[in-house]
Amino acid sequence: MDQTPVPQPPGDDDALTKLHPNYSHALRVQTTLTAIPFLVGALVLEAVFRSENLFPSGVIAGPVLLIALALIIRIPQTRFNARGYQMGADRLRVVRGLMFRADTVVPFGRVQHIDVNQGPLERFFGIATLTLHTAGNHNASVSLPGLGEELARDMREDIRGHIRRETL
Amino acid sequence: MSETRRTAPLGVVIGALGSLQNAVVPAAAIAFSGVGGSGRYLLALGVGIAAALIGIGFSYLGWLRTTYTIGEADIRVDSGLFSRAARSVPYERIQDVSLEAQLLPRLLGLVAVKFETGAGGADDLALTYLTAEEGERLRQLVRERREDEEAVPSPAGTDAAAPPAAAESGELMFAMDTRRLVTFGLFEFSLAVFAVLGGALQYLDNVTSIDVWNVDLWYAWLKEQGSTVATLGPYAQALAAAAGLVGLLLIGSITGVVRTVTRDWGFALTRSARGFRRQRGLFTRTDVVMPAHRVQALEIGTGLLRYRFGWHSLGFVSLAQDDKQQSHVVAPFATMAEIAPIAAAAGFRLPDETTAWHRASTRHRTDLALRDAVIFLLAAIPTAIFAPAGFALIPLGLAVLAVGANIYAWKFRRHAIDDGQVYASHGFLSPRQEIATRLKLHSVEIAQGPIARMRGYATVHLGLAGGSFAMHGVPIAQARALRAQVLETITATDFSRLDAPPPGQALSGAQSGFSANFFAT
Repeated sequence: MDQTPVPQPPGDDDALTKLHPNYSHALRVQTTLTAIPFLVGALVLEAVFRSENLFPSGVIAGPVLLIALALIIRIPQTRFNARGYQMGADRLRVVRGLMFRADTVVPFGRVQHIDVNQGPLERFFGIATLTLHTAGNHNASVSLPGLGEELARDMREDIRGHIRRETL
Repeated sequence: MSETRRTAPLGVVIGALGSLQNAVVPAAAIAFSGVGGSGRYLLALGVGIAAALIGIGFSYLGWLRTTYTIGEADIRVDSGLFSRAARSVPYERIQDVSLEAQLLPRLLGLVAVKFETGAGGADDLALTYLTAEEGERLRQLVRERREDEEAVPSPAGTDAAAPPAAAESGELMFAMDTRRLVTFGLFEFSLAVFAVLGGALQYLDNVTSIDVWNVDLWYAWLKEQGSTVATLGPYAQALAAAAGLVGLLLIGSITGVVRTVTRDWGFALTRSARGFRRQRGLFTRTDVVMPAHRVQALEIGTGLLRYRFGWHSLGFVSLAQDDKQQSHVVAPFATMAEIAPIAAAAGFRLPDETTAWHRASTRHRTDLALRDAVIFLLAAIPTAIFAPAGFALIPLGLAVLAVGANIYAWKFRRHAIDDGQVYASHGFLSPRQEIATRLKLHSVEIAQGPIARMRGYATVHLGLAGGSFAMHGVPIAQARALRAQVLETITATDFSRLDAPPPGQALSGAQSGFSANFFAT
């Protein structure tokens, strides 16, 4: 059997930096926006079946509302807690995913170009998404949402400093 | 020195022929449909001629308006009739130049020149139809420019008129004779011809008035045939079935052989100082050059049956790709003994007895087997309830088979890492192997689903330019260690230095230094 234990490199699971607290608010707003069409749909169904008197009113819209509320209150915080990053001297580590965890490391030496994006919602909350592009097919772009606006720009400058002139 | 040129004038002929071909279908459609009553054949002829003339005109104008310029630092192509497009590709971004000659252009001595930049098929710069000599000259020129840039950043001094043949003589690495081709073709057994027939039938349906999808028609025909067969008695029926099967096998084999021979006729892989060169094709002759240092990874594949006979295929993963495939096939049908020298020439080491293979986690195996078994067991429940008795045994049997297959597949799901390369192998009846250089990886990801997290294993995805590389079912501790090792190699060298000759001492220094640190912790 070659399942020999391999010594763990130090500092692999500690020191994950949390994202900007506003990111959880942004997520919450986003979840709310996603829930609205479902709520509207449920209300429309209610209105349609009201005249038929098949079942008491609120049987459809009630559960939908409850699920939506649960998701809006609960999920953004868990998602926020599941995410994190770690800025090393020569690499960026991005951890994400609730059910399906992905833990990605991009060395600065392999970054092709860098994006800092802000959607309208992100602008409102003063956060930004940092995206690193690599030449690999898998993980061609690794994005790290929910950074403070200033921080995202600083990180971009920092990473750009690591990319040598020749690649530009 | 920059020169602006046109593509070969003969290319217009090919464009014209293409438009003629396009004109045939509408003309035929008019002739067969009832438009225009008795004069419809004349009308069809008129439409055909008009379409052909317009096609020829556009083809000529297109030729007139397409020019290419070989500049100091880039190649520029200006094209377009009404909306002009100018595309420029710097020499240092050209991965390789491939020449492709389809049947018709080949008869006229023309080639399509494609400058592969890794931007992906459609975005590549292509010059359709230059003379074969001009194509060869262009390729030589691009290579010389590249060499110049890599050697000294002085202005290009070499004259483009240098004899191109000199550099082309290389050592023959792999070739296939007719016997090998036919053997290969037999393993490429394919029933695709029936799909083509189906398509043709549908086409027939559109053009003629026979309704191919009319069930009654076929049913009547079948009944007629069936009653004929039925009168023959059971032995003759069995014989007929056997004959049908043999016929199917024969057709499949012939299709395979024909397809293989047309694709791989005269397959030759040569190695020169500049890289690998692959030529193949009976009707469409392609000629591709791959610089050795651009090879990112190797793929060794095989097939269900050919694996038992020891046949494998070797592909190079690079940014430039064959159509739809992620790798360039450099040896489609070879023994491992033939593959080894090619891999060595590309700078790769094949795994041998000293390679420390790690099996995938046994928990991963158990979970996969359980998952598949559960799927079939779930299917068994409704079958047991609704289908006649006995049918439920089928999904139950499949569940047992799935468990067996998973346990067998586990034997091949292995991965390894050494000081220069990573290895992964998977697949169950036809195991595939992937070998990549640690230095040429771009990112490392450890991915875990909910079950994987509970059971402590992960999938390791390695970012590879032009392909994908994954190791499945790696125990989490091993996955983390693997990532740390790979990252140590990657961060030691910047992307811009990747193509430079490997700094042997520096690298191994970093390696040993890391290992020392690593094991000290």
